[in-house]
Amino acid sequence: MNKTTEELLGIVSDWSGKFTGAYNIREDGACAGRQSSENILIENKEGAPGLVIKIKPYTKGETVYIPACVTKGGIDDLVYNDFYVGEGADVTIVAGCGVHTSDGHDVRHNGIHRFILDKGSRVLYKEKHIGTGAGQGAKRIDPVTDIIQGEDSYLEMDTIQIGGIDSTFRKTTGKLGKRAKLVIKERILTDKEQRAETDFAVELNGEDSGADIVSRSVARGNSYQEYHSKISGNARCTGHSECDAILAENGKVNASPELFAGDIDASLIHEAAIGKIAGEQIIKLRTLGLTEEEAERKIIDGFLRG
Amino acid sequence: MLSIKDLCWGLGSGEEILKNVSLNIESGKMTVITGPNGGGKTSLAKLIAGLEAPTSGSIVLDGQDITGWDITERARGGIGYAFQQPVRFKGLNVRDLLELSAQKELSDREICELLGKVGLCANEYLDRVVDSSLSGGEAKRIEIATVLAKKDAKLLIFDEPEAGIDLWSFTSLIEAFERLKETEDRALLIISHQERILEISDYIAVIADGQVTKYGTREEILGGLLGEEKAVRCPLGKDKEENT
Repeated sequence: MNKTTEELLGIVSDWSGKFTGAYNIREDGACAGRQSSENILIENKEGAPGLVIKIKPYTKGETVYIPACVTKGGIDDLVYNDFYVGEGADVTIVAGCGVHTSDGHDVRHNGIHRFILDKGSRVLYKEKHIGTGAGQGAKRIDPVTDIIQGEDSYLEMDTIQIGGIDSTFRKTTGKLGKRAKLVIKERILTDKEQRAETDFAVELNGEDSGADIVSRSVARGNSYQEYHSKISGNARCTGHSECDAILAENGKVNASPELFAGDIDASLIHEAAIGKIAGEQIIKLRTLGLTEEEAERKIIDGFLRG
Repeated sequence: MLSIKDLCWGLGSGEEILKNVSLNIESGKMTVITGPNGGGKTSLAKLIAGLEAPTSGSIVLDGQDITGWDITERARGGIGYAFQQPVRFKGLNVRDLLELSAQKELSDREICELLGKVGLCANEYLDRVVDSSLSGGEAKRIEIATVLAKKDAKLLIFDEPEAGIDLWSFTSLIEAFERLKETEDRALLIISHQERILEISDYIAVIADGQVTKYGTREEILGGLLGEEKAVRCPLGKDKEENT
């Protein structure tokens, strides 16, 4: 692994020299390290770049790391990772991504992740994205996440884009079976001329399934963000989506939530709020001794922490 | 420790809210400002904390003229201010606010002590986000706790601390104010209509129509105030909406 990868890993996947348990480190489109565990098998995907990660039924308390780093301009990394989570398993998946360029060439990572959760399984999926390097080349991350949840399964996605990504298009789809629950917490920070687009489409197909999608974003500088979500309630179900955005400087946000109720017992809610930081919040923190800049930073940090 | 001299302040429309207000606040003493709503009490508190700038007059803290200081400078100079209407934050939790105020990391025990002073069962609130999920009373008590956490403050200002607080919590708050008076050499400036708060004060100032109409020790002022209240059946002048 090169030094940039090590630095990016430290940021996106809390790497401190080694991973415990199953992991695969992707560096500039190639495998830089892999280990399976007794319960989590990581193999190459046939016919396409990427991995097949199989988690045995009833695996409990294990974490699998699959970070990807692109450390040079001129690389457009495309990877397909499929996760099969066995019945009754309860695991954490850490899938951070960092892109770095120190020259004028663009750099991009496009991770296409597919999750298939068997009956009663539970997954906490953590995804942190960052762009680094002083190169003029554009830094892009375009993740696609497709989720199929079996009955009584639970998936919590905790995704955050820390900064430095010039352009991102994040597409997430979900199809939920009976009593399956999907919780998505997305946080995005854009600055300068950056652009972030996020698109969720969740189908609540099983009786008593539920989805809770919460997106928090901060658009600073001249950045632009677009949020679109569609929750389709096709059975007795509950769906909630929330889009909160803070604007600073010349930041712009377009939020367009959509709800479709295809069943009389579908209960769907959307909340959205876009605006600058309330002046009274800044004033309150200043009465505690913070400067205006410190107060703004603290409010944004807290807001994105969720 | 705080000397206010000939302070004037008005709205952009030209309406005068405070007219030549002069007042001295002593260390180790509790001064309660009371009077009719709309009389200028909150405006005075905001001027002291730096939220508004006076049109004329001066504010001197420990011999230093702070009239031109901004909010941050005044906070760092030792003025703590609890808002009448607590501010809500999406994302900042109780621990964040208390630690920001204390300017250091606080142990769970220290946070529990602070929250206990305002009648909150601490374990339920340590990491609770200070957003709209809190009731008005909860938010108010947390607001007060943020000021109590400010250990370097020489002057603590509380704007209607009783508002929205239940009786049991109010009793805890009264006890906290009494302890502050007994154990610390800090000045307390409380805006209140509450008789129990007036009863534990050292000094009382009545502000009406933008002017200090009465000022003296509790013994000198309180009896007359309560007599007036009975006469007009109007609790210390709650006759119009506080909006200044």
